[in-house]
Amino acid sequence: MLIKNLFKSKNSKLLQVTFRFYSKGTVSKHYDVVIAGGGMVGTSLACTLGKNTKLREKRVLLLEACPNKAWGNPEKYSNRVVSINPSSQKLFSDLGAWKFIEKHRFAPVKQLQVWDALSDASVTFGNAESQEIVSYIVENDLLLAALTEEVKNCDNVNVLYNAKVTKYGLPDYEGNIVNITLDNGDEYTCDLLLGCDGVNSSVRKSMQADYVSWSYNQMGVVATLKLKECMKNEIAWQRFLPNGPVALLPLTDELSSLVWSTSPEEARRLLSVTEEEFVEALNKAIWSKYSSSIIVQQATSIFDTFLRVLNCSKSEKNNVPPTVKSIEPNSRAAFPLGFGHSSQYIGKGVALVGDAAHRVHPLAGQGVNLGFGDVACLSNTLGEAVYDGSTINDLSYLRNYEKDRQRHNIVTMAGIEGLHRLYNTDLTPIVLLRSLGLQATQALEPLKRAIVSQAS
Amino acid sequence: MHFGIAFDMSIVLRRTPLWSCLHKSLSSIGATVDKQEIENFEKITDEWWSQFGPTKGLHSLNKLRVPFVRDGLVNEGVVSKEYLNTSAPLKGLSILDVGCGGGILSESLSRLGANVTGIDANSRIIDVAKKHAEKNCLQINYCSTAIEDHSQQYNGCYDAVVASEIVEHVTEKDKFVEACARCLKPCGSIFITTINKTFWANLLAVYVTENILEVVPRGTHQVEKFIAPHKLQRLLEDNNIRAKLIHGMVYNIVTNRWSWCSNISINYALHGVKLK
Repeated sequence: MLIKNLFKSKNSKLLQVTFRFYSKGTVSKHYDVVIAGGGMVGTSLACTLGKNTKLREKRVLLLEACPNKAWGNPEKYSNRVVSINPSSQKLFSDLGAWKFIEKHRFAPVKQLQVWDALSDASVTFGNAESQEIVSYIVENDLLLAALTEEVKNCDNVNVLYNAKVTKYGLPDYEGNIVNITLDNGDEYTCDLLLGCDGVNSSVRKSMQADYVSWSYNQMGVVATLKLKECMKNEIAWQRFLPNGPVALLPLTDELSSLVWSTSPEEARRLLSVTEEEFVEALNKAIWSKYSSSIIVQQATSIFDTFLRVLNCSKSEKNNVPPTVKSIEPNSRAAFPLGFGHSSQYIGKGVALVGDAAHRVHPLAGQGVNLGFGDVACLSNTLGEAVYDGSTINDLSYLRNYEKDRQRHNIVTMAGIEGLHRLYNTDLTPIVLLRSLGLQATQALEPLKRAIVSQAS
Repeated sequence: MHFGIAFDMSIVLRRTPLWSCLHKSLSSIGATVDKQEIENFEKITDEWWSQFGPTKGLHSLNKLRVPFVRDGLVNEGVVSKEYLNTSAPLKGLSILDVGCGGGILSESLSRLGANVTGIDANSRIIDVAKKHAEKNCLQINYCSTAIEDHSQQYNGCYDAVVASEIVEHVTEKDKFVEACARCLKPCGSIFITTINKTFWANLLAVYVTENILEVVPRGTHQVEKFIAPHKLQRLLEDNNIRAKLIHGMVYNIVTNRWSWCSNISINYALHGVKLK
């Protein structure tokens, strides 16, 4: 009886495999998990799933539309950098990818200084004198290279470059299998499709998920900056200008990376002017005094005195932002900024991760960290599903992922959105309120700690 | 008032001795099997694998009972260290799922690497289970038989016996427990989840779920067949099995989620170990 049964089920397995291989006369392969998109989030997900002991038996395929670009260890810094918060950094050191980054280069940020161009109010997070690190600045290319290197150590993960997907066939009510068609005719099937294909996610589109989005009518201008005076460069600076925030992120003691959010017209102008004119405009943005209302000046100075009387205001030594000497030639670029959130992160046989599910303003440097948070949570959830004997695409487990992540992401996104709206105006009453708010935040250590813990 | 009468009537009807006598005489497959029970479950054969059908409570119970079995076996030290935190922690262990139904629990245990045998007195449900396992490429040995017959042949064969949501459908519980115990190897574990014999169990697990909310088909449970944990423990002791722990379980009908609780007055789970 037992032998007969065994034989029967083996036979059917064989049949199923042959069917999968020869359907439609093209190459067709089945994987447990297919990850669409081999960017930072997709590759870190492949790596995390590959290293999860509970998922070791699962076969994972990573599809990337671009060819594999090897990290050539260039002397020049790239103009695209990310700010990695401590929990994302922990994820990478758990994966073993941080060793690669450490071997090359990264910049630790010990203090974050934020100030308002329309008043003197400012707030700092972290302390430049302490050992504690608020975030790490790493180039996108280096981070991706470190993860790609680590994926090679995962036997159960295959990476397919130049894979342009033409169609995602998600399962209907009856089925359980996801069909993926590439432009060269190859077909793949999987139990679970993970969409890490960015802001314009095709996976999200084939899910027909409700997606709330709007454009900020702003562009992010990036560049690599050479600083005038060589000093300990461990502070990230951000100044809220009427057009949008400008941020300087440390790279080395001589170099910083720029993220300057501004109106599209201004961005176009900044890209077309000479490099000297650009530097001048940038230094003006960092240093110039904006005409602020007398009411705001009076109120903030009274509130400051009040806080001093209460002994709440820490008389820290006043750090001054660096002056920019020049920019790395040809390092200027700009990209559009927008907000987006998918109401559904999951569906039958599918889940969205990172920018495919949510997109935020770069003003808090949180976008990619939310994505890495998704990665860690999804890997845990899938591991738990398998360790509980469920199938890897079990909806009730996927729903836990959606619930946990939305609970975190929506709060963070609302905070960032609130900040953006608060600082995107020069209306005196709002400027007054936000300046007082910033001063109060600076004075209230527990509030600062709560903000830092939400962002890390 | 109307509420109360309806409630009492259902109990009176079910307690009529004539009915239960008739059922017993009709059953031919084994002493512990109730023919009426088989007919009850026959009605939902086709819907057995629908996660949103009448068995949805059983599907969601997997989130509790699979870790219960897995961690119970881990704590007994029968799981080798190399398999811990892998996708197949129960590799090499043989498990008997008594009253497996369509195989909701059997398939999960099989996915964890165990060699699972599933038995059920209802041959139509066993067919459903076989077909579903085949479709999912799982190797599970399903058999339509009663536990007392199975235990004759497979005496002392299993590392674990799982009797989940079945004891409350069994007529002669002493024979049932005895047969389960016989199947176990020395130091083997038995895992039982069932319904307590209390007023609250009758009210919530039977009356509310079957008659008011109708999340479980009417007539699925008969309160007189429920068993209190201390009585079950006694039956196990008679068969040389020591209860290691008893947990309460609570079901949230709205969210379709089970969770552990300290209160064992409605649903409970028991882990027992056969002494040497």
